[in-house]
Amino acid sequence: MSVQTAELQGKNGMPPVKFGEEVTGAETLLRSLILEQVEYIFGYPGGAVLPIYDSLYGSYFKHILTRHEQGAIHAADGYARATGKPGVVIATSGPGATNLVTGIATAQMDSVPLVCITGNVAQQLIGTDAFQEANITGITIPITKHSYFVRDVRDIPRVVKEAFHIATTGRPGPVLIDIPKDVSNAKAPFFYPEKVEIRGYQAEVVPSDEDVEAFVQAISKAKRPVIMAGGGIISAGADQELRAFAEAARIPVINTFMGLGGFPGVHELSLGMPGMHGSYTANQALLNADCVIGLGARFDDRITMGRTKEFAPKARIVHVDIDPAELGKNVSTAVKVTGDVKSTLQKALPLISRCDSEEWIAQLHKWQAEKPYSYKKDGEVLKPQAVIELLYRSTNGEAIVTTDVGQHQMWTAQYYKFKHTRSFISSGGLGTMGFGFPAAIGAQIAHPERTVIAVVGDGGFQMTNQELAILAQYRVPVKVAIINNQCLGMVRQWQELFYDNRYSQIDLTCSPDFVKLAEAYGVKGLRASTPEEAEAVWAEALRHDGPVVVDFRVAQEENVYPMVAAGNTLDQMVLGDD
Amino acid sequence: MQRHTIAVLVNDQPGVLTRVANLFGQRGFNIDSITVGGSEEAGLSRMIITTGGDEQKIDQLMKQLYKLIDVINVTNLSANSFVSRELALIKVSANPSQLAELNGIVEPFRAAIVDVGPNSLIVQVTGDTEKIDALLVLLQTYGIIELTRTGSMAMARSVVPVPANV
Repeated sequence: MSVQTAELQGKNGMPPVKFGEEVTGAETLLRSLILEQVEYIFGYPGGAVLPIYDSLYGSYFKHILTRHEQGAIHAADGYARATGKPGVVIATSGPGATNLVTGIATAQMDSVPLVCITGNVAQQLIGTDAFQEANITGITIPITKHSYFVRDVRDIPRVVKEAFHIATTGRPGPVLIDIPKDVSNAKAPFFYPEKVEIRGYQAEVVPSDEDVEAFVQAISKAKRPVIMAGGGIISAGADQELRAFAEAARIPVINTFMGLGGFPGVHELSLGMPGMHGSYTANQALLNADCVIGLGARFDDRITMGRTKEFAPKARIVHVDIDPAELGKNVSTAVKVTGDVKSTLQKALPLISRCDSEEWIAQLHKWQAEKPYSYKKDGEVLKPQAVIELLYRSTNGEAIVTTDVGQHQMWTAQYYKFKHTRSFISSGGLGTMGFGFPAAIGAQIAHPERTVIAVVGDGGFQMTNQELAILAQYRVPVKVAIINNQCLGMVRQWQELFYDNRYSQIDLTCSPDFVKLAEAYGVKGLRASTPEEAEAVWAEALRHDGPVVVDFRVAQEENVYPMVAAGNTLDQMVLGDD
Repeated sequence: MQRHTIAVLVNDQPGVLTRVANLFGQRGFNIDSITVGGSEEAGLSRMIITTGGDEQKIDQLMKQLYKLIDVINVTNLSANSFVSRELALIKVSANPSQLAELNGIVEPFRAAIVDVGPNSLIVQVTGDTEKIDALLVLLQTYGIIELTRTGSMAMARSVVPVPANV
């Protein structure tokens, strides 16, 4: 037994683990998970993982039996995003494993630490097209940070140790461990490695002093600087450093979609989100800045609009990222710093001086006052934007909010001013419909004391709404807010604007009665169709000590504005019909 | 589009070739040739990959390659002077009476005839890609029945330049 693992024994409510005993691969796996401080497992049993589920029987782990493997992995993802700890999911071979694929790709795109454990058929059957056989390591190569196919029971502890290390360090991401059934059944004495050594893998990236100096130099002379803070701020836990840095240097902050919550949305220096559906001020800031400071953001095509040469035309771009492959990938960059944003900002903070930016900040504040996010308010018809404003007001920006993908997602990003890091959970990179609801379950399990709201559309909710069973079974008090416009709203918006109102396959009027659906699962269901009802019903939902589904019947024809059409540059922003 | 020869040092593990090859496809690169074999260190293999792309794209590709856990090191050999060799086996349509004539053709290329049959013979040649291409042009007049090439193997030259018989 190693010293390190000895120190972990019985800590944080973890049960002690015996070393040296001859145990099965399945038991080895579970003991390894205990030593990695895993508490929750999201999963679904099946033939190839029967040995693992047998070991789970009566064990210390809290296992959440979702109703579909996709629900399990999105819940594990929500858990990981809400805590920063790795999410753990188990699925069986074949269809169980392939049902994880969307969730793995979702986590990879948004750099979320997951450890996905799949069973596979016994090794003598591998390659024979056996029942429920799928080459899941092969299938997931492009969407995992790394993957393992375990051939020998004695490899399990090292593989688990490495998997957690790789998933959680550097730029985080999903790691898959595929274990054939014969390996789960085979026996070996249990030992756990003391430390990880992976040649060629850099876990920690502290920037060099020269790079930090160049970074500070580039910023200090700027008169119109703007920070573009991305998801890296959140994964690095650098929200406090960012705030201290922005305040000390007097630099306004744009939060990318993935970065929302990494800087308080109500802060005097906060400009909101940039890009396709970003705020007028955030986009004007990028267009007029003389220095754009990208911190853990990847300048993706929803911000540059794919017009990378015309992006931030007056600015020198300074870019800090833990992943050197992101530096200069999309936009040409004057100063590149390879480093984790937390240590970069910590090193830069004592060196930075106040920028001569007050005139610039005043101009930005003027734009903010002139052109905030806006929509036509209505006393009779329930507007989707008004629902998000209600959610924000009623929770004072303190809730954890997850979303699906589409119009409601953009409205949430616009109208909910996130105060805290790890409060906004949404599939930004892959844009996975069906993500929001199971992710909320994972977030709520991680934070039972907090209000967790799943903002979903009537489309996406129906992709994973079978997980309503979880709310009742495990008493998970998620509040589901369905922004129900009875159609696929974002597709409708594009068909209206770019396809001459030819509404092709967007009609969802034949959806179930969501109130009755909730009730069928033993969950409270409520409905609101007017602004007045919305206030009352939502207050009731928040008061209710348990899960609730609220069907907000909103105006169908609302579009998300501002909008920069695909292929245009940020100065070609359409502000909408107000 | 510039040609690049990239050396990738990898763990000798099952599936590593798939990971590397997949990354090229995922990032929109075509692999023109690839050779894989042992390296100076047990447990590690070296891949020599030739591909095309501008500097910025190759730089991105190399960074992405380096992110693969099983990749230990990535070097763009084309950035500096390097030695490159390829081996080709060429089955030429000819009968034994033409042996002397063919020997005369292949000898300046330091190639060799390594198999002779009633209607064909096999030429073995090593050298850089251009040299092999040149020999192929000459042998085409006889008729090439079958051709197999290894793709480039390559190595950076030593720091002190030494005369080499390229």
